This record gives sequence, structure tokens and C-alpha cells, in this order.
Amino acid sequence: MTDHDLVRGAASRLRTAGLALARVPLCLIGLPLIPLQLYTYPLILVTVGVPLLLLFTALARKYTTLHRWWAGKVLGEPIPLPYRKPANRGPMTRVRTIATDPATWRDLGFLPLNAVLGVLFGVLPAALWLGGVLGLLTPFIWLAGGTDLRPNGLGPEDPGGWFLAPLLGGLYLLLAWWGTERIVRVHASFVRWMLAPSATEALTNRVQELADSRADTVDAQAAELRRIERDLHDGAQARLVALGMSLGMAEELMARDPQAARDLLAEARQSSSQALAELRDLVRGIHPPVLADRGLEGALKALALAHPLPVEVDVVLPGRPEAPVESAAYFAVAETLTNVAKHSGATSAWVRVRHENGRLGLMIGDNGRGGAEPTDGGGLRGIERRLGAFDGTLGIASPMGGPTIVTMELPCALSSEKTSSSSGTA
Amino acid sequence: MRVVLGEDLVLLRDGLIRLLQAYDFDVVEAVDSGPALLKALVDHRPDVAVVDVRLPPTFTDEGLRAAIEARKRVPGLPVLVLSQYVEQLYARELLSDRAGGVGYLLKDRVSDVKQFVDAIRRVAAGGTAMDPEVISQLLTRGDRDRPLTTLTPREREVLGLMAEGRSNAAIAARLFVTEKAVGKHIANIFGKLDLPLSEDDNRRVLAVLAYLDRL
Repeated sequence: MTDHDLVRGAASRLRTAGLALARVPLCLIGLPLIPLQLYTYPLILVTVGVPLLLLFTALARKYTTLHRWWAGKVLGEPIPLPYRKPANRGPMTRVRTIATDPATWRDLGFLPLNAVLGVLFGVLPAALWLGGVLGLLTPFIWLAGGTDLRPNGLGPEDPGGWFLAPLLGGLYLLLAWWGTERIVRVHASFVRWMLAPSATEALTNRVQELADSRADTVDAQAAELRRIERDLHDGAQARLVALGMSLGMAEELMARDPQAARDLLAEARQSSSQALAELRDLVRGIHPPVLADRGLEGALKALALAHPLPVEVDVVLPGRPEAPVESAAYFAVAETLTNVAKHSGATSAWVRVRHENGRLGLMIGDNGRGGAEPTDGGGLRGIERRLGAFDGTLGIASPMGGPTIVTMELPCALSSEKTSSSSGTA
Repeated sequence: MRVVLGEDLVLLRDGLIRLLQAYDFDVVEAVDSGPALLKALVDHRPDVAVVDVRLPPTFTDEGLRAAIEARKRVPGLPVLVLSQYVEQLYARELLSDRAGGVGYLLKDRVSDVKQFVDAIRRVAAGGTAMDPEVISQLLTRGDRDRPLTTLTPREREVLGLMAEGRSNAAIAARLFVTEKAVGKHIANIFGKLDLPLSEDDNRRVLAVLAYLDRL
């Protein structure tokens, strides 16, 4: 170890020790939150407790979340929030959710324990450094007449005191060198142990998420089936009935009035064309044939070709995702591009598709005016739900004035049936 | 005229054979899969092939691939591709060799028998037969093209019909104008789009399609 390393190591440890000491008050100011929260529960009976409880709980959660953030930084791994989500925004529902959430009570238990441990772990490193330096300097202070100083109960008159005091100081310094970072990590581990969601909570949250996304999927599917049923009923089915009628009447008229029969046959042919056109549109909406034929790349290129704006498509996929994921990705991009054409005022757009770390990543960008955000019942929310069924996520970066970039991620494996990589402008 | 037919659905295959025979086409072979189609096309070198896009074994775009492959081996082999839906991407692939003798139509068009047979004859003669739906897609996309927006509605109509592959006479009959008037419209269109005017109908159509496709 060179001198330089020694100085740097000492400086970083001293900084850590200093910060730990500075955190002591932070650990203590959480204490008043305990009675504040507890007192409000009986007050719920006289109503004022409800807003107070919501307020103090929010404060407590902010406070513990600050600790989570700090511990997450120290441990290099963010600590997720353990709180349950209320089923709706009604105040009583929220109070009930808060009161029955084990995380609320663990937070409450955390406050006093953290106050004690925070002081201990905050003061300890600083004390070790200070004690060490003081121990080393003790003989000189005694020489200078400061005989009142008695580190570790040693005085200048004690046998071996002149030798033991600096030796203990050196030991403290070694301990401080070894222990500063470790003590802080122990504190952070304690915070994580108290404040991270337990395995049960993590699973409960996951189950809740899955139940939500499943409900969304089932709803969307039911709505989709209703739409298909209606389209078939009003469209192709009606046309086929008309077709049958025209043919039947033509059959009747064949001998008596060949001209009228011919007109009816022409009408029948017209009906069959329209029925086919409607079926074609319907099929495209269910599963575009080009997607089955050419996979995501070909389908997106076809989409770009049919788009009113020039769309640059850049797809690099070493294989094909599973069919449902492929379809979800396709419709998500299609919907996004429709939004671009309708709302963005853009003059060009681009689509980028990659597969990295087991996730299918899709980016759609335009040079429009920006300001896009998901609204309930809007297209972006629909895309979010569609992706949610596959554990996918949607991100939107759309500052006022543009440009807008929509990112989607879908966890999925690729089948390695073919290698494709290309790009093109349409 | 010798025809090879590629269609896997028995009902449609028989119907097409009957239809073609009624108009004095000689169906030399009717096959029901992609590989068999490619072999038949290369072996028989028919005057024209009528091919369904979706064929076994993959039931994707097997027929289209076989047709394109056959045209690679037998340059200019006339092929009319039929499909339940039209995709501009596929039209582009079919036209990409710029050799002509290509048709791409919705299956529904078969019901207009005369038009359909006319399209087959046109393709066999080295012309093109593009589905109106493909052309209307191309023209819609063309709205962002400056020169194209300077066309009058009538000129657009003529351009659309020409891109479908119709002859001047057919366009004239369709729009109830004289052939001379159509010729004048076409000269105007080519002038506005800055395309070299050719005497040859087919080459003129290919130039228009190439222009629309690169938009």
C-alpha cells in the first residue's frame, strides 16, 4: 500500500464516519412519529383522526422510505416498498388498509430500534477514530502538562501508562480502519431487514399484480370477443343473408325475367365482395396474416409501408418471440403509430426492436410536438394493459415541444428458428 | 395458353380450373404446395402461373416465395399471385425485379370473371395487374409527395388505373373518355412527375409503380 492509498483510504473512511455521525439526528427525529401515529387511532372515532392518521402515516412512510433509499444506496440494491395498495381512494378504505398492513406496524417498531441503533452505529466509528488519535497523542499531551487527560482510565502515574495509552490508540485506529464501512453496512442491513417487504409480502404484492393484470386481460378479451361477434353479426353474416336472398330471387326470376335475374346476380356478387372485405378487416384485427407469414420484422415493415408518414423500421432479432408476445408487441406498435399519425403532428417516425437480457425492447419515436401522456380510456393506457398481460412495461418520454419516445419492454425468450437483421425506410 | 395453378383448397382449385378451361386456357398442372409449385413452374415454364400466396407446408407466404424463386430461375416468368388480403410489402417484392409479367390481386376479384381473365392475359403478355387496393394504399401514402399533390383529380384517377396495369383503351372505356384524352392525361402526369415518357405500355406502368413505390 502506498502512502497515497493510505491517505485516500483514510479520507474515505473518515468521510463515512462523519456522515454516520451526521445521520444520528436523522435517526432520532423519527421518534415523535410514534406517539403521533398511535394517538390518532382513538381519534378516528371522532373523525379528526382520519386525516391526521393519513397525514402522519404518510410522513412516517416518507421518513422510512428515506432510510430505505439510504440503505439501498449503501447495499447497492434498491429496497422496494412493502406497502399494500388500498382498493380505492375512499378515506376509510385507506385507513383500514394502513391499519391492517403489517408494514405499518413494522415501520412503527423500526422507529425506536433505529433511534437506538442509529445512535450506536453513528457514534461508534467517529468514537473509534477520535479515541485512536487521542491515544496516540496522549504522551505528548501529558508532557505538555495535560495530566488530567485519562484515556481508557489510564493516567501518567499508572505503571506502563506511557506505553499502553498510545498502544490502545493504535488498536482503536486499526479497528476504525477495518470497521467503519462495515458498521455502516451493518446498519444498512438492519434497515433492510426491518423495512424491506418480507418474502410473504413480496409474494402477496406479486399475486395482487398478477390478479389485476389477469382481470384486465380477461376484460379486454371479453370486450374483444364482443366486438368480433358484433362485427360478424352486422357485417359478414348480414351480407351472406342478403347474398342468399339475391340468389334465391334470381333462381325464381331466371325463366320469367332474365334481365332482372342478371341484376340480382350482380348484386349477389357485390354482397360476396363486401362480405370478404369485412372478413379481411376482421382477420387483420385479430391476427394480421403478414405477422404469421413474416414475423415481427416483416409485419412492422408492412405496417410502416401502410402508414401515412415515413417510418424507419430497424429490427434486430436473433429469433422469433412466442406468438402471443409477438402479437402483443405488434399491436402495441401499431396502436402507437396510429397515435403518432393522429395526434403528434410529426413528419416522420421510427421503430427500433431489439432483444437483450431476456427482454424484447421496442422503441417508437417521432419528431412531433410531444406532450403525450396516458389518460384513462386512452390508447396508451390500452397498450399498457395489453403489455401488462405479459409482464411488459410501457414508458413515455414526451416533453412539450417533442420529440416523443415510447419504450416498451416484454420479458420473453426467442426461438432461434431464423436469424434476421435488417433495417429499411418506408 | 398454358397455365400452372397453385392453390391448396380443393374447392377453389377446381373452381379456378373450371373457370380457366371455360376461357380456353390449358391448365397443364395444378399443385397444392410450395415445393411442388416451384418444381412445376420450372419444369413446365408455363405462359402464365396463377398462384395462391398461402400454401402448405408452412401456410404462410409459401406461394409468394415459390413464385419469386421461380422468377429468379426463369426471368420474366409471368406470375399472377392471388391472396385473401393484399400487402404492399409483397407487391414490392414481386415488382422488385422490374421485369414485368406480374399480377397481385385479391381473391375476391375472381368473382368478376371477365376482369380476372383479362388480368391473366395481361400478365401473360408481360404486363402487370395490381389490385386497386394496393394502388389506393400507394396513392394515399403519396399524399406526402409534392409532385403527386399537383395532379388533378382526373389525373389521379388515370394514374391509379394505369398503375393497376390497365391499357389506355381500358382506361378510356372505364372513364367514358376517348383514348386520345387518356393519352393527354398520361403525358401530363409523366410531365408533372418528371418521368421519361415511353411508347411501351408495360414499361410505362412499371415506371409509375416504381415511382409510387419509392415514396
